[in-house]
Amino acid sequence: MRIALKNLVKNYGSLHAVSDISLEIPQNRIFGIIGKSGAGKSTLVRMMSLLEKPDAGSVWFDDRRVDQLEKNELIAQRRKIGMIFQNFNLFSSRTAGMNVAYPLEICGISKQEIDAKVKSLMEIVGLGDRIDAPISTLSGGQKQRVAIARALANEPEILFCDEATSALDPQTTRAILDLIKSLQKKMNLTVVMITHQMEVVRDSCNFVAVLDEGRVVEQGAVTEIFSNPRSSVTKDFLAHLMSVASTEDAEAEKLVRWSSKGGRYTLRFRGGMTDTPVLSRLGRDLPVEVNIRAGGVQHVEGEEIGTIVCDISGVEENRKAAVKYLQEQGIVVEEADNE
Amino acid sequence: MSEILRLVGTATWQTLIMVFFSTVFSLLLGLPLGILLCISSPEDQGGIKPMKVLNEVLGRIVNVLRSFPFLILMIVLFPLSRLLLGKSIGTAATIVPLSIAAAPFVARVIESALKEVDHGVIQAARTMGSTNAQIVFKVLIPEALPSLVSGVTLTIINLIGYSAMAGTIGGGGLGDLAIRYGFQRWRTDVLLAAVIVILIMVEIIQVIGNKISASLISKR
Repeated sequence: MRIALKNLVKNYGSLHAVSDISLEIPQNRIFGIIGKSGAGKSTLVRMMSLLEKPDAGSVWFDDRRVDQLEKNELIAQRRKIGMIFQNFNLFSSRTAGMNVAYPLEICGISKQEIDAKVKSLMEIVGLGDRIDAPISTLSGGQKQRVAIARALANEPEILFCDEATSALDPQTTRAILDLIKSLQKKMNLTVVMITHQMEVVRDSCNFVAVLDEGRVVEQGAVTEIFSNPRSSVTKDFLAHLMSVASTEDAEAEKLVRWSSKGGRYTLRFRGGMTDTPVLSRLGRDLPVEVNIRAGGVQHVEGEEIGTIVCDISGVEENRKAAVKYLQEQGIVVEEADNE
Repeated sequence: MSEILRLVGTATWQTLIMVFFSTVFSLLLGLPLGILLCISSPEDQGGIKPMKVLNEVLGRIVNVLRSFPFLILMIVLFPLSRLLLGKSIGTAATIVPLSIAAAPFVARVIESALKEVDHGVIQAARTMGSTNAQIVFKVLIPEALPSLVSGVTLTIINLIGYSAMAGTIGGGGLGDLAIRYGFQRWRTDVLLAAVIVILIMVEIIQVIGNKISASLISKR
């Protein structure tokens, strides 16, 4: 289902939560909406998911206007929307399976049908053996899987993910994003992913809109936005992008990355070396070029340790000379085996 | 000794009758009132269908009834007992003012238990297309059940106390016994026996209430 937002406005008193947002969200795609806290994401998703009415403007699902629906129509329309949340929002009074059953129960579906549906949904999200588990016995990732199963129980055409991975660790985040991606393809869902994490956009979305102070400051295909960011907000998000891909390396998380590719060489500087212009001297003294992929300074037990991930290009003997030169300067050089 | 047993036995039975029925009736009155107070409250307080005027009117009534000293309320409500039961004295007649006196308390206890339910959970239920009735009966009440049980426990214990007071104005039961024999006739032994029985009742209710509440929580 295609979603269109036209000139949406929502104010809370004097606070302009959303001021004039228009967006076209294509069907069967994953559309990211990124913004800092207070940018208006939550308000926007509350209007899209029909929890709140806009002060002005309209929301369209395909060719149907949905922001002014009357009570019964509104309830019927909401039953065709799936939504998952940062805090999972599961019913603690129900088991995992009974949570998934809830949206079916409220539609008056028969018990046998519900049981069969719950079983298949729990299997789809990989929790076929936890149907009778109380919610408190599940891990964060498992809770979000149950929430996804519950959101998809009524076979919606739209899935809203409101900071769905923000409470999860990086590994679990990746697993949940992979699950959403595969379900999106399988069930032809239009997914709207609200987040403040650029890595979520990078790892899952096809399109992205960047929100700031209640407005869309930039939007487009994710590849385009990443290669050619225009607004300062987007650039800021990209600068703080951390590596989710290499979480096994905790230090890598603190690096600033300019490129999603890894570099062949990792240079580590210690103490006072962080003040010396070693790389520019290297480029001056030897016929090699240094292309920096990522870099950063960490404080480890009171000592500054600088890390640069880079490529050194040039003929092999010059590269070796460069490594030797760096090592003579007291820099630790790690060379990756593959490339 | 057998006299004390007989006196205390009859009085205990009367107290049990009073407490049991006034609990039932105060719940019947207070539960809908509490639900109404919760759902009609402003949205930021967890109201699922904010109704400002209704909420304020109900809130005022509840507050007024709760600030009445219980003895005065009993006396004010005697005509109502007479209207409903044909008499204003005796164990059965006391159940009317007891229920009405406890109902506002029950309403507030229920209201605050329901308001404790996580707003996010209510939001989720709403996004899934729940009607307001479904939110109340399939989400709010089940989610709040352990707190509701604690609230009912508290109500019963309060009613044991109220029923003892009611005894002093002709309601019978352990309070009446303690006043008439223990206080007015200097029968310390009867007074002591009455107090001990009340104490045991309170203790038993508290223990059972805690057990039920804890077992509900442990299954989650």
